[in-house]
Amino acid sequence: MTALAAPTEPQEPAVRSPRTPRRQWLAVLGAAARTTRGRVGLGIMLFIALVTVIGPFVTPYSSTAIVGSGLPFAKPSAQYLLGTDVLSRDVLSRVLDGGWVMLVMALCSTVFGVVVGGAAGISAAYLRGKWDGIIMRTVDVVLAFPQLVFALLFVSIIGPKLWLIVIVVGFTQAPAVARVLRSATLDISERDYVKAIELQGVKPVKVMWSEILPNLITPLMVEAGLRLTYSIVVMAGLAFLGFGQPPPSPQWGYMINENRGGLIGGNVWAVVAPTILIALLTIGTNTFTDAVARVAIGIEGRPQEALVLNEAAVAETTLGETA
Amino acid sequence: MAVAVAPPPARSLRWSQQHPLFALVIRRTLVGLLTLVIVSIIVFLATEVLPGNAAYAILGKTSTPARVRALEQQLGLDRGLVDQYWVWFTGLFTGHLGTSTSNGLGVWAQIEPRLIDSAVLVFVAGIIGSVLGIVLGAMAALRKDGWFDHISAVAALGITALPEFVIAIALIILFATTVSHVLPAVSLIPPGSYAWNDPKMLVLPVATLVIVIVPYIQRMMRAAMIEALESDYVEMARLKGLKAWRVVFVHALPNAIAPTIQVIGLNFLYLAGGIVVVEYIFNFPGIGQGLVYAVTNRDIPIIQFTVVILAAFYVFMNILTDVIALLATPRRRIAR
Amino acid sequence: MRAYERLEVKDLEICLAGTGRDVVSELSLTVGAGEVLGLVGESGSGKTTVALALLGHARRGLEITRGEIALDGVNLLTLSPQEMREFRGAKVAYVPQDPSAALNPTLKIGSQLTECLTSHPGAVDEVRSRVAEVLAEVRLDAQPEMMKRYPHQLSGGQQQRVAIAMAFCCRPSLIVLDEPTTGLDVSTQRHVLETIRNLCKTYGVAAVYVSHDLAVVGGLVSKVAVMYAGRVIELGATYPVFNTPVHPYTRGLLAAAPSPERAEVLTGIDGQPPRPGRRPQGCFFAPRCSFAIDRCRVETPAPVQVRSQVVRCFRASEIVHAERERVVLTPLPDSIAEPSLSLKDISAKYGSQPVLHGVSLDLAPERCVAVVGESGSGKTTLARCIVGLHSNWEGDIRFEGNPLARGTRRRSKDVLRRIQYIFQNPYTSLNPRKTIGQILAQPLDHYFDMSRREMSDRAAKVLQEVSLGEDFLGRYPDQLSGGERQRVAIARAIVVEPDVLVCDEVTSALDVSVQAVIVELLRRLQREHGLSMVFITHNLALVRSVAQKVVVLNEGRIVEHGSVEKVLEHPEDPYTIKLIEDVPKLAPADEPVLSGY
Repeated sequence: MTALAAPTEPQEPAVRSPRTPRRQWLAVLGAAARTTRGRVGLGIMLFIALVTVIGPFVTPYSSTAIVGSGLPFAKPSAQYLLGTDVLSRDVLSRVLDGGWVMLVMALCSTVFGVVVGGAAGISAAYLRGKWDGIIMRTVDVVLAFPQLVFALLFVSIIGPKLWLIVIVVGFTQAPAVARVLRSATLDISERDYVKAIELQGVKPVKVMWSEILPNLITPLMVEAGLRLTYSIVVMAGLAFLGFGQPPPSPQWGYMINENRGGLIGGNVWAVVAPTILIALLTIGTNTFTDAVARVAIGIEGRPQEALVLNEAAVAETTLGETA
Repeated sequence: MAVAVAPPPARSLRWSQQHPLFALVIRRTLVGLLTLVIVSIIVFLATEVLPGNAAYAILGKTSTPARVRALEQQLGLDRGLVDQYWVWFTGLFTGHLGTSTSNGLGVWAQIEPRLIDSAVLVFVAGIIGSVLGIVLGAMAALRKDGWFDHISAVAALGITALPEFVIAIALIILFATTVSHVLPAVSLIPPGSYAWNDPKMLVLPVATLVIVIVPYIQRMMRAAMIEALESDYVEMARLKGLKAWRVVFVHALPNAIAPTIQVIGLNFLYLAGGIVVVEYIFNFPGIGQGLVYAVTNRDIPIIQFTVVILAAFYVFMNILTDVIALLATPRRRIAR
Repeated sequence: MRAYERLEVKDLEICLAGTGRDVVSELSLTVGAGEVLGLVGESGSGKTTVALALLGHARRGLEITRGEIALDGVNLLTLSPQEMREFRGAKVAYVPQDPSAALNPTLKIGSQLTECLTSHPGAVDEVRSRVAEVLAEVRLDAQPEMMKRYPHQLSGGQQQRVAIAMAFCCRPSLIVLDEPTTGLDVSTQRHVLETIRNLCKTYGVAAVYVSHDLAVVGGLVSKVAVMYAGRVIELGATYPVFNTPVHPYTRGLLAAAPSPERAEVLTGIDGQPPRPGRRPQGCFFAPRCSFAIDRCRVETPAPVQVRSQVVRCFRASEIVHAERERVVLTPLPDSIAEPSLSLKDISAKYGSQPVLHGVSLDLAPERCVAVVGESGSGKTTLARCIVGLHSNWEGDIRFEGNPLARGTRRRSKDVLRRIQYIFQNPYTSLNPRKTIGQILAQPLDHYFDMSRREMSDRAAKVLQEVSLGEDFLGRYPDQLSGGERQRVAIARAIVVEPDVLVCDEVTSALDVSVQAVIVELLRRLQREHGLSMVFITHNLALVRSVAQKVVVLNEGRIVEHGSVEKVLEHPEDPYTIKLIEDVPKLAPADEPVLSGY
C-alpha cells in the first residue's frame, strides 16, 4: 500500500448498529445460540454434558463390576439395556461413567493451549524481532510432531498419567492458536488506533492487554472451540490406543477398542454406544464453534466461509513467513 | 482502503527478490534442517534423560541393577550425553540406528517395509482426498446456496473433527462385520509382501483417511472459489462478455487453487499423524502401527526413529507445499 | 452535426433484492455519440450501482426492478443471458475503479486483452493487429514483452491503461468508466483523462464517467448528472451546472470544494446522506438543506426545468437568484517569535531506502505550515518523524529549542503530550471495541492524574468543541460516520491540551462536503487554542484556507517553500508549477470541451 496522491473514494461507514454490547463474547455466544447450527450444536453438547455429569450417579450397576453370567457380549436385555461387554460388565453403566474424565481433561487442555498459544502468538506479533523469531521457530518445532505422536512420545517415557496427557495435549494445541492469533495481531497492531496509543508512550504489555486483546475476542472464541474439539479427538484417540485412564476404569475410547471382538455376532452396542457418544460430542462442539465463527465473521457478511477462513489463516501465516 | 504509510518499495531488487523460488527453497530448507536438528535433540533428550532412564523404563518392574547396567551398555547409556547424542544423530544418516530393544532386530530393517506401506497409504489417500475435495468444493461454490451446497456443507460440518477411529469403526461395521462383509476388517499383509499386492486390503484404511481429509479441502476450496467468483477480476471478466466456462476455468479456478494447496499440504501433514490410529485399527503394517507397538513395549530406538521420520516428512511437505503454492501465484513468483 | 442519442435510460430502479427498498430510483438520462456524461455523487449515492446497471449487471444482493436501458435502440434489460453476454464487451464496455483488483493476477496481460476480442468474433477483423492498435491508442507500447507481463509487474497508470484498452478494443458504442483515475497521482490522472477524451471523440463513443469528485469531472465531460441518495438531483450541461448550480446540494458541493485561487472559509454540508431503507419522507436532501421548507419534508420533488438544468427541488426557481456567499479569510500576520518546532536537515530511511533528503522547516507558534506532495514524496514519513512513529532518521528536530529524541520510547511524557498527531484514516484510528468516552478518557488517564468524574467532564467538553453532543460518549466508533469519527480523532488530540498538532492527510478519506467541515473545524480550533499546526496534504487547493506557510516536497526534497500566497500565486519551481496546473479546475474555464461532433 502506498499513499495515494489522488483523493480516494471514501469508505462506506459500517452499518450503524443500534447498540454494540459491552460484553462482546456473551453477545456472540448469544447470537450463535440463536442460529440453527448453534441450536443444534448447543443441544448436542448439552445432551452429552448431561450424560457425562449425571451419568455417573445413575448407573444401574457398578461400571467395573462383572455382572450377569460372566460370559462376554451378552445381547441387550431388560436387565442390561445395552448388553454386556468383553469382560461381561454392564455396557450402559460403563457408558454413563466413561465420559466425564475425558471431558474434564479436554477442557483443561483447551484452556492451557489457548492461554499459552494466545500469549505466544500475540507477543510474537506485537513484539516482533527476536521474540517473533524464537516463538515462531518453537511453534515450527512443535508442529513437526503430529499431535498424537507427540503425546505418545511423552506417554511412552513417563507413562499414561492423566496430568501429563492434559499438559502434552494442551501443548500440542498451542501452535495453531499461536499462528492464528499472531496473524490477527499483526493486522491489528498496524492499525492506527494502536499507533495512537503507542504515541503516548504506553508500555507494550498494556497496549497488548487493553488495546489489542479486546479486538481478538472473536478469534479467541473460535480458536477455543476448535481446540476443544481437537483436544477431545486426541484424548479419545489416546484412550482408544490404550493410553488413557488405566483399566478397568471405563472410558469411551478404550471401550470401543476392547469390545471390537463383539462386532461379529456379539454385542454390537458395546462398540456402537461409545462411538456414537464420541461422534456426537465432536459434532456438537464443532457445530457450535462453526456457529460462533459465522456470527463473528457474519457481522460484515461472509458467514459461510467462517471456519474455513480459520484454516486459511493458518495457511496464510505459513505463506506470510516466506514473503 | 489503501491508506498508507510505507513509501513504494525499493526499485533495486535483491537477489532473493529476483529469484523468489530459489530463495524460498534455500530459506525453507535451512529452517527445516534446523527444525529437524532441534526435533532430534528433543526426541533424544526426552527418551534418554527424563525421569527413570530408558533402561529402567524398558525393564520396568523386572529391573535389577545388573540388568539395568547391561541394557545401559547395549543402549550406550554409559557414555556421556553429548557423545550418546552424536552417535545416535550420525546413525540417522548412516542407518546404524542400533537394534530394537523388544526383539533385537535392526531398527532400519524393521522400519523400512513399514515405511513403504505407510507412504503408499498416505499418498493414495491424500491424492484421492485432494481431487475429491477440490471437485466437491468447486461444485458447491458454483451452485452457492443450492441443494448440493447445503447438503455438502452439513455433511462436511458433521464429518470434520470426527476422530479417525470413529470413522474407521463405522466403516468396519458397515462393510466388514455387522452389516456386510464385502471388505476385510483387518489388512492382512504377509511379511515380505506390500500393501499394493492386495489392493482390497487398502480400501478401508484409505477410505477412512479420505473421509477424514475431504471436508477440510472441500470447505477451503469452496471458500476460495467463492472469493474468486466474487472478486473484481471475475466481475470484470463477466463484464467483458466472456463465455461462462472461460470465466470459471480460466479466471476463477486458478486463483482458487493456490490457497487450497496450502490446506492440502496441511492435510497431508495431518495424515502423517492420522495413520497411527488407522493403521492400528486395521492392523495395517505401517510405521504408525509400529509406533503404537513400540510405545506399548517401550522400544525406545524405534520410537525415536519413527518420530524423526515423521518430523522430516513435515519439513519436506511444508517446503513442497510452499513451492507449489508459489508456482501457482505469479504475483509471488515473478519480481516486478 | 447534432449528436444522436446512443444511450437512453428511462425510469431506472434498482432495489435491495427481495426487500423492495430502492437503492436507485426514477433515474433517467441520455448520452449522445461522442458525448461524455459525468455521473457525480458522494459515497453511497448509488453511482457505481447505476454504472454496473448500464451493463445489465447488478451486484449480489441487488436487482434491477424497473426501467429501460436502451443502447442504440436495444433495451438491455430485455435481452436473454446469452445475448447479454454477447452485448457486454462488444457493445458496452466497463473500465473499473481499481485495475489492480480487476485484472486477473494469474493471467498475462496479453491473454486478458486478446480474450476480449476472441470472445466476440466479428467485433474486429484481425485480433493481433487490433491489440497492437489499441495499445498504441492508450499510449502503451505493444512490445511482446508487455503482452507477457502479469498485472503486478505494471505500474498503477499502466494497469489503468490496460483496463482502458480492454474496454476500447471491441470498439463499443458505450463505455462506462467507474472512477478510473482514483488512486493515480495527479499527473497520471491527467494523461489518462486525456486519452479517454480523445478516444471518445475519435470513435463517437458515448461515455458515462462516474466520479465522487466534481473537480475531476469538470474538465472532461460535457454533461453532468449529480446524484444524491439514489436519485439524480441535477442534470445539465457542465458549464451552467458549475457556474450557476441550482440544487442546494450541488451548490453545497461546489462551495465545499477548496479553491487554490483565494483563501476563503470553506462551507461544507453537515450531516450525511441517508442509507437505502432509512431515507426520509419527501426530498432526501431536506434534512441537510438550509433551504428546506415544510413541503420538502413531505412531498418528493419531481424534476423541473430551471434554466438549462433539470433539477429535483421545489424551491429551484427561488434559489436560482440566491447569492452564493463566500467569506474571504484575512491572513494572519507573519510571526517573528522563536519557532515552536524546528526541523533541520532531516534525512529519513525506510530500511535501506532513503525517503527524505535534508528537509528543514520552521513552524512559528500559533501558525500553520502545510507540507504538500504527491504519493511517495515522503510527506507522511516527515510527519511520523516529528511525532516519533518513525525513528530511522538523521538530523535535528527541536521542540521549543530542545532536541527531540528519535522514537516515542525515548521522549518524555510531557513532550509526547504536547505534540499530538491526527491520523489520515478515521476508520482505522479509533479502537472499535471502545466507546468514544473511553477513547477520550484514555489519554487523560495516561497523562494526567484525574478522577473519573473530571475525565468524563473533560471528554464531554471537548466533544462540544468539535460540535458533537454529549450523547456520543457512550457510542462506539462503528456507529459514527466518517466525519464524526474524524471529529472524535481531533477531540482525542486536543483534549490533552497540546501545543503542536500534526495533521496527516486528515481529509483524504472523507467526502468533499465533509472535508470542508473538518478543515474549517481544524482552522477554528487552531486559532482558538493558539495551536501550532503541521498540515500535510496532497491537495494544494486545501492549503490556501488553512496554512500561512507552505513547503512543497518532491521525492523527499523540498523544492519550494514560502508564504502560501507567494507559492500558490507565483510558483518558481517547475514541479510546483506542474502541481498547480494539474489541480483539476472546478469551474470549466470556457464552454464545454466536447459537445458531440
